[in-house]
Amino acid sequence: MSDALIISIYVFVLATFVGVEVISKVPPLLHTPLMSGSNAISGITLVGSLIAAGEGHGGVSVVLGTIAVVLATINVVGGFLVTDRMLRMFRAGGGRKSGGAS
Amino acid sequence: MSPAIAIAYLVAAVSFILGLKMLSSARTARRGNLYAAFGMLLAIVVTLLDQRILDFRYIVAGLVVGGFAGVLLAVRVQMTGMPQLVGLLNGFGGAASTLVAYAEYLRLSGDASITSFSAADVDQVVVSTIVLSVLIGTVTFFGSLVAAAKLHGVMRSAPILYPMQKQINAVLLAAALVLGVMLVAAPSLWYIPLAVIGLAAVLGVTSVIPVGGADMPVVISLMNSYSGLAGAMTGFVLSNNVLIISGTLVGTSGLILTDIMCKAMNRSLANVLFAGVGADYSPEEAAAEQKTVIRYTPEDIAYTLENAESVIIIPGYGLAVAQAQHVLQELASALMRRGVNVRYAIHPVAGRMPGHMNVLLAEANVPYDLLVEMDRINDDFQNTDVALVIGANDVVNPAARYKKNSPLYGMPILNADRARTAIVCKRSLNPGFAGEDNELFYLKKTMMVFGDAKATLTSLVAMMRKSVDS
Repeated sequence: MSDALIISIYVFVLATFVGVEVISKVPPLLHTPLMSGSNAISGITLVGSLIAAGEGHGGVSVVLGTIAVVLATINVVGGFLVTDRMLRMFRAGGGRKSGGAS
Repeated sequence: MSPAIAIAYLVAAVSFILGLKMLSSARTARRGNLYAAFGMLLAIVVTLLDQRILDFRYIVAGLVVGGFAGVLLAVRVQMTGMPQLVGLLNGFGGAASTLVAYAEYLRLSGDASITSFSAADVDQVVVSTIVLSVLIGTVTFFGSLVAAAKLHGVMRSAPILYPMQKQINAVLLAAALVLGVMLVAAPSLWYIPLAVIGLAAVLGVTSVIPVGGADMPVVISLMNSYSGLAGAMTGFVLSNNVLIISGTLVGTSGLILTDIMCKAMNRSLANVLFAGVGADYSPEEAAAEQKTVIRYTPEDIAYTLENAESVIIIPGYGLAVAQAQHVLQELASALMRRGVNVRYAIHPVAGRMPGHMNVLLAEANVPYDLLVEMDRINDDFQNTDVALVIGANDVVNPAARYKKNSPLYGMPILNADRARTAIVCKRSLNPGFAGEDNELFYLKKTMMVFGDAKATLTSLVAMMRKSVDS
């Protein structure tokens, strides 16, 4: 096993613990934005897609990489935007604010 | 990877973690999302500086097309359609992971064409991570598509069941894994990755079709987790730690949400995935005993609400179906102006995905400090004058507490029956998803008002306005 793999396994295991610590503190109130936001973060595969799409020798992997860039970009842009759209709606001010459609 | 790029990736990973951390409070959540988006932008920009990238034409085209489609989806989606959108985006993430991992296999094999293999020596560990990445990514893509189709109504949401379903899925998974092992032993067998993709596609479909529409929140959460795992596996393929960190964060997030959803329904994950709940919808013992409900008019309801000191509103998905969130908040505001203490009690499975009801109410301008999660409000019902149940059913069914043969048994419920008065606004007496008759409706303290939620609430608001004027 290469050193790089060992380091990757370390990173993977430690990231699991960070994930559990951080995510379990998110209140149920925000679970939908959590899902869409974390969904956008999982679009990080875009980084790998970019390299595959840009290697420039015209092979099949470039075609696949380009499709992956499209899909991952939808994932990233759509995910962050829709999360922002939702979070913008969350407002404090119980009791004083009057409701109603806008 | 140059040290500068590696450090930039680390900064990106830290932004993701900080962003998720800031989701722990509604005050900081929006800024947290921006932090995470900044991290993503940074990761993309430094990747473009990578020396391996020689040709930017396809990249730019892909970014433009994907960016445009992403904006379109995000801007146009309705809040009720959020579960489908998240499902679809999960699927895209999974597909991207599959494509990247397979492209890496082609690159390692010489990349002249799909069928040739000119590489002398390929790291077996890399090949095994490619197999896992391709497998998980493809299952995520097809599973998410089916889930989104069911949620969007383009596919029947009832479970699709056939004999030996579990066994067939197990065989599919085992076959994919065996093929994976074969590929690790002989990386030049070019057709194996394609076969794994094919099997995973079938598995993605067959593992989601037996799940009913009401259980989709679990599937969406699980797919969220898979899409993260697929990303993490791709990180192993490319030895890229930012992919591993982000993918793992998302993987744990999805798993935690899956667990929360299962607990809120008192079901095991296996039961959700395999039991096909909702298929054999049999109203057992129906009409065995004649029970009567007491029917009230909106006038009675308005009078009761106005004279209450405290009201807890229990919204269910029926509220969103009737598009009545806004008028409900008008009613709540009218009551609050009269000094009534109004809060909303949110069951974890209210809506079609984790936390969905909060988003639907936030859209209707309900301040989030009025939205109280189940565990924090359940003890307050006994000191509350009115529990107002709108479009919810199973989550307030007392049978869940004691009726051992009920499909609801053991599920945590909101204690609407412990309030001094329960008002239930409902279309009809039809049972909920679980098919269990709701005895809350037959209690003496319960006031039933039948009709469309929006129409009923609108007339309540009108009556309150009138009584203010007079």
